[in-house]
Parts: sequence; structure tokens; C-alpha cells
Amino acid sequence: MPKQKHLERALAEGRISRRDFAKQMSALGLAAAVPGALISGSALAATPKQGGHFRLGLGHGSTTDSLDPGTFENAYSQTMGYGLRNNLTEVNADNELIGELAESWEATPDAKTWRFKLRQGVEFHNGKTMDASDVVASVQHHRGEDSKSAAKAILESIVDLKADGKNMVEVSLKEGNADFPYIMSDYHIVVMPAKDGKVDWKSGVGTGGFVLESYEPGVSIKMKRNPNYWKQGRGHFDSAEMITIADVAARTNALTTGEIDAMDRLDIKTLHLLKRNKNIEIVESSGNAHYTFAMLTDVAPFDNNHVRLALKYGLDRKALLQTILRGHGYIGNDHPIGRANRYLAKDLPQHELDPDKAKFHLKQAGLSKLTVDLSAADAAFGGAVDAAVLYKEHAAKAGIDINVVREPNDGYWSNVWLKKPWCAVYWGGRPTEDWMFSTAYAEGAPWNDSHWKNEKFNQLLVLARAELNEDQRREMYREMQLICSEQGGVVVPLFNNYVEGLNKKVGHGKIAGNWTMDGLKALERWWFV
Amino acid sequence: MLKLVTLVAQRLGLGLLVLFAVSLIIFLGVELLPGDLCQEIQGQGATKETVAACRKELGLDLPPHTRYLSWLAGIAQGDFGVSLANQREISELIGVRLSNTLFLALVAAAISVPLALTLGILAALYRNTIYDRMVNVVTLTSISTPEFFVAYILILFFSVKFGWFPSLSNVSPDTEFWDRVYRVILPATTLTLVVVAHMMRMTRASIINLLASPYIEMANLKGMSRSHIILHHALPNAWAPIVNVIVINLAYLIVGVVVVEVVFVYPGLGQLIVDSVQKRDIPVVQACSLIFAATYVLLNLTADILSIITNPRLLHPR
Repeated sequence: MPKQKHLERALAEGRISRRDFAKQMSALGLAAAVPGALISGSALAATPKQGGHFRLGLGHGSTTDSLDPGTFENAYSQTMGYGLRNNLTEVNADNELIGELAESWEATPDAKTWRFKLRQGVEFHNGKTMDASDVVASVQHHRGEDSKSAAKAILESIVDLKADGKNMVEVSLKEGNADFPYIMSDYHIVVMPAKDGKVDWKSGVGTGGFVLESYEPGVSIKMKRNPNYWKQGRGHFDSAEMITIADVAARTNALTTGEIDAMDRLDIKTLHLLKRNKNIEIVESSGNAHYTFAMLTDVAPFDNNHVRLALKYGLDRKALLQTILRGHGYIGNDHPIGRANRYLAKDLPQHELDPDKAKFHLKQAGLSKLTVDLSAADAAFGGAVDAAVLYKEHAAKAGIDINVVREPNDGYWSNVWLKKPWCAVYWGGRPTEDWMFSTAYAEGAPWNDSHWKNEKFNQLLVLARAELNEDQRREMYREMQLICSEQGGVVVPLFNNYVEGLNKKVGHGKIAGNWTMDGLKALERWWFV
Repeated sequence: MLKLVTLVAQRLGLGLLVLFAVSLIIFLGVELLPGDLCQEIQGQGATKETVAACRKELGLDLPPHTRYLSWLAGIAQGDFGVSLANQREISELIGVRLSNTLFLALVAAAISVPLALTLGILAALYRNTIYDRMVNVVTLTSISTPEFFVAYILILFFSVKFGWFPSLSNVSPDTEFWDRVYRVILPATTLTLVVVAHMMRMTRASIINLLASPYIEMANLKGMSRSHIILHHALPNAWAPIVNVIVINLAYLIVGVVVVEVVFVYPGLGQLIVDSVQKRDIPVVQACSLIFAATYVLLNLTADILSIITNPRLLHPR
């Protein structure tokens, strides 16, 4: 029963959930009891213990990084930020929103005004008590004319932001947004101590589980446990160190020789060899990170939806998954909503390689054959050039000639992305549907990398944003995923898993899939068993 | 002696001119690269407004010659300026890294220079024997192997299999001296394997070259031992070319080790300049290149002075 074995392995490695396992097993006509031995029991069950010096090796980190959260753009600074500081809200391992520095929040029925009630008595590392003025200044840090923060765009909808007393923050929005509390969990919008309305980011002082000791950008950061940490059951290590190790072989060596306790971005090509090592646990989580091929829908021939559909049917996603990711991910359906989102529509017709359908759509577009350029570089995502070449092979079956243009890695995001008519792109995904769609699919959004304008889609986007009724939102987001899949300008072939390596000494709970490194909160969530 | 002093003064003056030219070329080169710091730092997350705000704040919206001249004015007063990316003082940013780079270069030189000289002299002494051939084959093989590969082989045996040395050389300013030496042994060995062949073969060749001269034949006829001839008669006259090669390799140990730094995660200058070029952080790139250029200028000067001291005839070029 190879299929059963396959499912069992997938479950044991955490690539599918227990629910999916049960569903697929019953589809095979088998009893779907989860085999107890398969649940990796190493560290999951243990209760957290305090102590130890935790060393984390990450592939990101550059000498040009800084402690300013507006500049956080890679997993290194993001993990560092969540170690030192807190947000108003937090996404937990089950992808639910829970309060962090905000104890509770409430909205007016139109979801236009939000009031956050702050936790009382929380102290910054420097002894100052956190209050509403710090929160307001920390959000303001990303706003305004002269802001160069990457979070500027997502805070654009704020009209007014003010402290109401010491423990209440009130935010008024241009239009209703039921997901606004999610935005406050973003890694840019951390709370820092303020003086005269300006935040102090240079000192690294926050309310987080760890206190900054020394930071050398691009090399390492050392922190010690915040003895005063307000959050129960978080922040277990006595001290922690994050080391930038750009080379994946060096990172793997450091993990196997015990120089570090955990690493991100394992090399999936040598994963089967690393699995033989008894001291290493491989942790894998599926989230919203995905690879795309974005077409500019206002440039011929991509302005014709039949051409776009022909290209969507011209790609063998399963083959791509096996070749590029060696199975460590799942296939996409030409919309950006992933498994760590709440309203992923699983019943949509899946786009697959279908040369006949592709030819049909080409004919509808009035073409007998099609020649297009596809720009790619490994700066877009690891293996992007290979993926483009595979795409060329697959599409040739449907009479589509894809000319792969290899672009330089250097300057890819400023010279190729948003400029070339069809190019490979990487997206880390967003915690909510609205956030993802408004960032990259809404008309006029700066990062709408397909220049896509769909009236129905844009109307639904605004409606769903302000809708507080769960069921209605689910229905609207389902429809939007469908429109995006059938008419959008982006081919979404793959969602990649986060594959990380941990020494068996490291204990952890359920690993979050919303970001890498346990939702970027490894520092405060993990411990030594 | 006076002649030597004038020579040094002249060369230092020319060196300053070289540094100026280097800074101009590097500045123009980085300007020609597509994109600027603001676009590179913000990457995929850049929007027109945030890039414009960033340029305005950092003065990147000014024309290139204004920026170059203001940088030059700063340098003339000994002020390297601040990194555009994170506003840190460049002198502080570079200080730690420069001392790390110099430390690694010194350890590598302390191993490789004596080793290369000994091997080279012995190879000249036992010319065309099995020993000579073996030394040649081994050193030529190690210089022909890419240095990252040498590094991985060393890591595989000495840290993964035997566990003698760490695979990471992550030193920090508060690392103790001997711990520091212990941590850089593998990268220093890698560098040694890369540079030893060049120096060894030059030593061997320049000694052998002299062995055909009449005064060596005279010494031979006097019945001196071969080792005495080589050490006391041939070597002193062979120093000039050997010193030059040693110095070129020393310069390489300082400026050319970025691959080794990456593999061993050693926080030296190489990684800093690569990051800074990638992000177009011009002041940092400028400072690093000036240091590298100055290294070459000073080491070449040293080589010439040493050659002259060992062979005063060079003071009177025909």
C-alpha cells in the first residue's frame, strides 16, 4: 500500500495535518487511526524549562541592517525584533490572533474605529512603564511624509491615532477593516519607548523576552533573558545569540558539529542525508510563502485573459513541486491564499497541466502559437531559473514557446520586478486575505505586480474588509480566490514549506506556519529540554 | 641613506595620488551600478514615496559630484563619515573588522611564510629528487583547488569527523587571544594551502637561478657544503624576488579572503565590502577600498625597501 506509506510519512514529517491524514486515508477506504508511533514525540510533549545559551544560525543578515523596525526586511532582523520587542497583537501557532501588549480590543459596527486596551504594568527593559503614548509613537514612526518604513503602505488607511488616557489607544480608519488587529501583529509595528512623541529604536529597548547586549549587524546579536518579562510561559533561555551564516553548507556544518542549536533554510537537496543524523530534528511547516510568475496585464499579449489561462494550463505544477522543492511544499492555484490563512477555499477547480485546454484558450485568443519572454533570477526565489526552464518544457507541449531570460540577481527587485512583462517573484505571504489581496492584487496598489484591475474583485475586497460576519466573509473570499485564479495575472505554481533544523536538545510546541522560525518567535517560544 | 628617505617620501606621495584615483574610480563604479542604497535596502518592499523619503534623508538626491566632494572634504579631515544604511560611524564599523582581518592574515602568514621558505630552500637543495617532486605536486595541487573546496575538506575532517577544531570562526572583540587563535586555525590553514605554492616555487626558482653563477661555482670549487652555499651565498642574493612574492601574498591574505570568510563565518573586511557593494553603501565601500589600496601601496613599498637593503645595487639603477 504505497499510498498509505506515503501518507504516513507525510504525517510523521508534519507535512500534512492529522485532519488531512484522516480524510485522505478514508478516501483510500482505510481506517484513519493516527498511528501513535508516527507522531514525532521528541520534544513536543515536554514542558518548558528555563536556562541555557541558545545559538541560532540564520541565512539572512547583512552589515547594512539596523535596529530600526521600519527597515526590517529579512528573517534575521524580524526574529531579532520579536525577541527584543512586542506588538499589540500576536498570531499564535494555530494562526489565531491573540493579544500581546493589548489585552483586548473592540470595534465600532462599521469596523472603522478600533480601541485597544493595553496591558497594565508592563515595563520596558530600561524600567519605563509602557503606556499609550509609546504605542502611538511606535505606529507613527512608520507614518507621515518623511517615513521610509516598509510598513507605510499598510498603515495608509489610518486617519487618526490617539491615546485615550494611559491605557487605551484609539485608531480611526478611512474605511472599515475587520482585520485591523491583525495588522498590529506585523513585525514592523513593534512597540518601542517614546520620548516627546519620537521613538527610540537605536537602543534596542523594548518590552520583549530578551534584552539587547551587543549587536554587530551582519555578524551576530547577543541578548540575555528579560527577568522582568510579563508574558507567562515565554522566554526560557538565559541568553540567546543569533549568528548570520549566509552559506548553507557552513550553516549545516555548524548545526551538525554543535556550534549552533538551530538553523533556518535547510538545503533540501541534502535533507535525506541530514535525516540520518540522530541529534538533529527536522522541523517543517506549511504556511503562506509562495512563488509566482507575475504578468503585466496591461501589456500585450498578457492583456488577453485567454493567453493568461493558456499559460496557467501550460505548467505541470506537481512536476515543479517534485523538482524544485523535492516535495517540500504544496501546489498553488493561481491565487495567493495559503494554508496559514483562515479562508482558504479548498473546493476550487485546480489548474493543472492540460495542453488541450491551453491550446483551446490560445485559439480563443486568436493565436495558433505564442512566444513570450519569462524573466527569472535566483534572487526571486532559490531555483527560479530552473523553474522557468521547466515551465518552458511543459508549455512547449501546448505550442507555447517560452523564452527564459536569465536576469542578474543584483538589483532584481528594482530593475526586473514590476518592470519586465513576465517575471518570477517571491512572496512571504500575509496573515490575512485582505492584507495579501490589498498588497498585491488590488487596483492601484504599489506592489500590484500584474497591474491587474478587476472591478468585481475590487468591490468584494472593500466589502469583505468591513464585514464582521464570519460566514459572509468566507463566501466573499472564496469568490475572490476564484476570480483571481480564473482571471488574475499571476501564475502561482508553488507554496514552499519552511524547513528548519534543530538540535534534539531544543524543545518546542506546535511550530507556527505563518512565518519561518516558528512564526519568527523561536527565541521566546523554544527552550532546552 | 638619504637617497632611501627621498625614495620613501616620493613613493608615499605617489601612493596618496593612487588612493585618490582609487576613490574616484570606486565612486564612479558604484554610481554606475543599477539602483541605489534606498532601492536596495527596501528591496521588494520599496515604493516611490518611501524611496524618495529615504533619498532625501540621506542626501542621495544630490548630484554625484556634490556627494563625492563632500565625502572628499570629510576624508581630508580624517573623517570617514557614517554608513548610509545604519548610521554607524565607519571608523567604528571598520575598526573591529580590520583587526579581525589583520589577525587572520598574521596567523596565516606566521604559518605559511616560514613553511614556504623552508620547503623552497630544501627543494633547491635537493633539486630533482623525489622530495622536490613531491613538494611541487602537493603545493601545486593545493593552489589549483578552489579555496572554498579546500575549506570544506578541512571542515569535513577536522571538525565533522575528528571534532578537533570548530567549523565556525565567529570571534568577537571579547574573545581571548588563544581562543581566537584556536578558532582561526582552520581558515588560516586554508589560506596557507592557497598561498604556500607561489612563495615556495619562487624561493626554489630564484635560488636555482643563482646556482649557475660563477661565484657559486667558485664556492663549490672551494669545497663548501651545498647547504652552506645555498644559505650563505645564494639566499642573500635571491631575497629581492622572494620578498616581492611574499609581499604580494601577504596583500592577498588581507584583501582576498572573502570566500574563506564566508565559509568559516569570519567577521572580516571582505564580507563587509561585499554587503556594502550589494546595498550600494558608498561611504563604506570607499573606506574599505582605501584600506585595501593602502595595503597594496604600503606592502609594495616595504618590498622595495627590503630589496634595496638586501641588494644596495638597486639604489643605482643604470
